[in-house]
Amino acid sequence: MTTNGGGPPATPELYARMGAFVTELTQAGVLLASGGLDPKGTHFSAADGQVTMTDGPYAEAKESIVSFALIEARTEEEARELAQRFWSVVGDGEGDMRRVYGPGD
Amino acid sequence: MEIEIQRRLEAVWRLESARIVGALTRLVRDVGLAEELAQDALVSALQDWPRTGVPENPGGWLMLTARHRAIDRLRRDDKLREKVETLGRDVEDRQRTAAYDGTAEFDAVLDEDQIEDDILRLIFISCHPVLATPARVALTLRLLGGLTTEEIARAFVVPEPTIAQRIVRAKRTLGEKDIPFEVPPPAERAERLASVLEVVYLIFNEGYSATGGDDLLRTDLCQEALRLGRMLAGLAPDEPEVHGLVALMEIQASRFQARVDGDGRPVTLAEQDRGRWDQSLIQRGFTTLLRARELQRPVGPYVLQAAIAACHAQAARPEDTDWAQIALLYETLLQLAPTPVARLNHAVAVAETGRTAAALSIVDDLTARLHNYHLLYAVRGDLLARLGRMTEARVAFEQAAELTRNRPEREVLLRRAYACVAATA
Repeated sequence: MTTNGGGPPATPELYARMGAFVTELTQAGVLLASGGLDPKGTHFSAADGQVTMTDGPYAEAKESIVSFALIEARTEEEARELAQRFWSVVGDGEGDMRRVYGPGD
Repeated sequence: MEIEIQRRLEAVWRLESARIVGALTRLVRDVGLAEELAQDALVSALQDWPRTGVPENPGGWLMLTARHRAIDRLRRDDKLREKVETLGRDVEDRQRTAAYDGTAEFDAVLDEDQIEDDILRLIFISCHPVLATPARVALTLRLLGGLTTEEIARAFVVPEPTIAQRIVRAKRTLGEKDIPFEVPPPAERAERLASVLEVVYLIFNEGYSATGGDDLLRTDLCQEALRLGRMLAGLAPDEPEVHGLVALMEIQASRFQARVDGDGRPVTLAEQDRGRWDQSLIQRGFTTLLRARELQRPVGPYVLQAAIAACHAQAARPEDTDWAQIALLYETLLQLAPTPVARLNHAVAVAETGRTAAALSIVDDLTARLHNYHLLYAVRGDLLARLGRMTEARVAFEQAAELTRNRPEREVLLRRAYACVAATA
């Protein structure tokens, strides 16, 4: 899952709520990795053998949270539930949920 | 619409049921009753949600509803309340019992900080040594995994009533013997933890040994075991063996795709396509193993087995494997847990360091104890073949083929037996 920004700036309260949520998911054996992302970053595009780099930022407001979480859920539905809870902690903003494929997929 | 709500409810239940059953067990001091009350809440959700829509916090809704039911029951049932009061061991518990006796605010018993402990207690009680191992496994999957009886039965290829009965009996035993809902006291902790880890690893192996065909549900058991293991690591982070087991499962799971060929036949470690090993799982396994080591406590059998698995995972090619290190790790493991299977694996490592005859004598010494174990004969056949004793090797491979219950494996063994014949012809 990613949060792509667009939400309110991170406050100490939000960090505290998020910390509790992260702890809960870790203890539930669900959260494998998570982290904040620099909203700057570099965008790559390649066409006809030509690689183009464009420097960020991409998030609408650079104070808002840009982050990722790698979770392991048993079903798509479980992942959606977890993502919904995640967003109820984050508040406004937008992000994506994508499946990570392994060697067997 | 209703189908969608049902699917959401199912997902929420699987995610939340351990927390709910754990919290209720603390209230009513009876796992069986707690699960019954939690199931009641599930039924309420099935009835209400299609009408009211899915609540904003579905897990919290289930938890609240279930707690309401538990408290109702406690208010109505004097005998149960007495029992809870007697069982409420510490002061804190008695205070909590008092909190729902009267008009206390409902929030008073919604003590979130207790929930993680409740889950840990639930794991320990589900894996209590008073229960037979299959009962522990079924109860753990049911209470901690939120799996249905039908799912457990299908995963273990056992008739559903068998599993249902195991679970019912297990709950009854826990009730009759008044097994406390607690994190075991220090004196019992090591033994009780070993019992939990055994259950988790059994679940993993049940999934790992499944090959091909209708086995998707069984392979899900590996995921479930990993989830349980990680959950345990989160709840008991100071136990090196918990991290050891998680690391062991992660590294073994990394070979999941490589361990069978397209026809479902098992592929030996040496013959596996290492490009199909899941590097992210290997990395996670290494990290987990480090966490165990950082605790700087004496290593246990799971940490050692994980270290052995890590040795294999580090070798880009089979010939890069550090067999001397593996043999050494097995020797340490044998001092802690001198099981015949570990001894057999030690023999394999010894053989790989070039000491084939020494390895064969270890295997021969094991024959009496492992005379029904097909891998003993498979290893023996392999060692004999290396020593050029083809006729004996053929006999050993045939014995192994006869003993295995896995058809693809039998084919591999018979092919090796045939190769011995060809070598002598």
